[in-house]
Amino acid sequence: MEKKDDNITAMCRPAVGEAGKTGDWRDMRPVIDQSKCISAIKNRAACLLCWLYCPDGVVIPTVPVGIDLEYCKGCGICAEECPAKAITMVNEGG
Amino acid sequence: MQEVIWHGRGGQGVVVAAQILAESAYLQGFKGVTSAPTFGPERRGAPLTASTRIANEPIRMFSQIERADIAVVLDASLLEVVDILASLKEGGLIIINTQLKADEVEIGGCYGIAAVDAVAIALKHRLIKEGAPIVNTPLLGAFARAGDLVSLEYIEKGLRWKLSGGAATANILALNAAFEETTIKNKS
Amino acid sequence: MSNVQIMTGNQAAAIGVKLSNVQVISAYPITPQTSLTEAISQFVEGGELKAEYIRVESEHSVLAVCISASAVGARVFTSTSSHGLLYMHEQLHWAAGSRLPIVMCCVNRGVGAPWSIFNDQQDSVAQRDTGWIQIYCRNNQEIIDTLIQAYRIAEAVYVPVMVCYDGFVLSHTMMPVEVPDADLVKDFLPPYKPHMILSPEDPRNINPVIFPWRRQDPEGVLRDGYMELRYKLQKATEGARDIIVATNRAYTEVFGRDHGGMLWTYRADDAEVILTAMGSLASEATVAADMLREREIKAGVVGIRVFRPFPKEEVREVFGNRCAIFVFEKDISYGYEGALCSDLKAAFYGTGSRAPIHNYIVGLGGRDVKARELAEATLSSLEAIASGTTEPETTWLNCDTYLPGSEVRGQGLGDRRQEEKCRINYSRSIKKNICCRGTGPARGVASP
Repeated sequence: MEKKDDNITAMCRPAVGEAGKTGDWRDMRPVIDQSKCISAIKNRAACLLCWLYCPDGVVIPTVPVGIDLEYCKGCGICAEECPAKAITMVNEGG
Repeated sequence: MQEVIWHGRGGQGVVVAAQILAESAYLQGFKGVTSAPTFGPERRGAPLTASTRIANEPIRMFSQIERADIAVVLDASLLEVVDILASLKEGGLIIINTQLKADEVEIGGCYGIAAVDAVAIALKHRLIKEGAPIVNTPLLGAFARAGDLVSLEYIEKGLRWKLSGGAATANILALNAAFEETTIKNKS
Repeated sequence: MSNVQIMTGNQAAAIGVKLSNVQVISAYPITPQTSLTEAISQFVEGGELKAEYIRVESEHSVLAVCISASAVGARVFTSTSSHGLLYMHEQLHWAAGSRLPIVMCCVNRGVGAPWSIFNDQQDSVAQRDTGWIQIYCRNNQEIIDTLIQAYRIAEAVYVPVMVCYDGFVLSHTMMPVEVPDADLVKDFLPPYKPHMILSPEDPRNINPVIFPWRRQDPEGVLRDGYMELRYKLQKATEGARDIIVATNRAYTEVFGRDHGGMLWTYRADDAEVILTAMGSLASEATVAADMLREREIKAGVVGIRVFRPFPKEEVREVFGNRCAIFVFEKDISYGYEGALCSDLKAAFYGTGSRAPIHNYIVGLGGRDVKARELAEATLSSLEAIASGTTEPETTWLNCDTYLPGSEVRGQGLGDRRQEEKCRINYSRSIKKNICCRGTGPARGVASP
């Protein structure tokens, strides 16, 4: 019996950093104003729409909410979706 | 190899008759049998054919029959519509569903003729489906009598293979009646 | 104990599916395949086959369902014809690229335009480059046996298999078929072991976008690029040759029937003239060879059973040192010649073979072709070859090849009487303007 090749179709498992550290792709960085963030105000996991909408899964659903800037590409979807307007996109350069 | 072509109209059981003959021939010991409908759509009332090939060895030929040894005509009106003799060998046998006796049938040329009043036999045995007499069973009886190929005994077995219970009984009575009543002329 | 039943090709295929213990079936009806899927749906509904029969709205979705079911570890079957197969075209590539051992019956039918429900092999031949193994059957016994073999082949090499047989000519013609014993089939065909299973316990993304280059994944495994995967599919399909031959041998040992591995021969040992074809046409050609032998022409037949992978080595061996080769086929590669003929010629390259090869295009759209006509065509070609023709032009047999404006009235004009008969048979259908696609098979009233 020949050796079985497990690698006969293209596939990938869910993993951190499939495309390397994508944080350096970013032009603008999300900054959370904790005084407006609903989770921070209520001091418990609440709202978390930023976490739900983030296409890269870099929002950390803790209290207070965090963002993994090593992988955040700066797309700004979290800022757009935040109902409390707690997230602002800030120029990386400035 | 013997080739049989069945001429009828959609709904008369032409395809089923061709199948029963193939089954019967196989049961009788012929190793090679095929039965095929006219390829394509089938429509009630439209002229159509089916075919049965019977041989001692497995059949390797699937093209359409060019010149049959035996033609069975389920509906005599087809003689005026379809050139039935064109697909029959010179000296072949034609088996017709007609009120006429074989001696009275005039088709010209050099053919054996077998005749049976399949409609009368079907009606007598109450073989009626969707308002029309079932003529294919009586014609199988005529085939057993005139064809010299598959015996009545095995055609009965073939019928039982296709039919169940009460339907088989009436059909077998009709089959036997047709076998008795078939008239033959000019057979080589 | 032998269990011989008289049945159509479609019934034979359906019983083959049942015996193979298929777990998921998805199919969309199309003439002339319909009675096959009807029979399978009855097996499933009646509890004779414990399987899911999934109905969808099109053939494209059919194969998408089959791919999904196969990816989660089920043994899968589908069947189609003609436009249904062409509608699957994209998914055919996906099935092969995913290395899923799906088995399909292609009940061969011509391709529109114009509409035809009748038989030729243009549909499956046109799909030869999709990465599927293609096996062509010559009678109903071969259909049931090949289906069972197909699962063993597909599941050994992880390449899908298309079992092809001629629409109506086999699919609707009844003949004796020995039904293999279910327990023997069970032993012959162990349960399907997928090369990987998509499951919630081990989530993964199958067939993500892949780059032109090889790349390390986050787990540190160097993953193949597109070309490596394509190369592996090519090697697996080529390598299927040995599996196909071995499977046929094993099948013969268990069931006593040998349909040939990659190809089969008939009276070929001492043959100077070889007729070759695929499917029921090759069977018809054996009768033509007998007729030619009666006229003292040493003729034999090579039936090409497996078209992909192409039996290059076998072809070289079996066709060597012949005086003339006649390739009859029910397909055309427009702008060139018959696809089988091109492949055969390519296989001979470098062997020094100088045998004239005459390609005949026959039977397109169900045009009847008889053994007698194959024999007559061979005879007339042999005359031409004897008078010096070394590279005969492709001939369309039984076809009026007159083109307005051209000088010559063409070759191979068909049997006029047959044409007359056809005209009578079919003129009514034209008048009634019947809807062809999805029209059921010819149905005799279930009497007497």
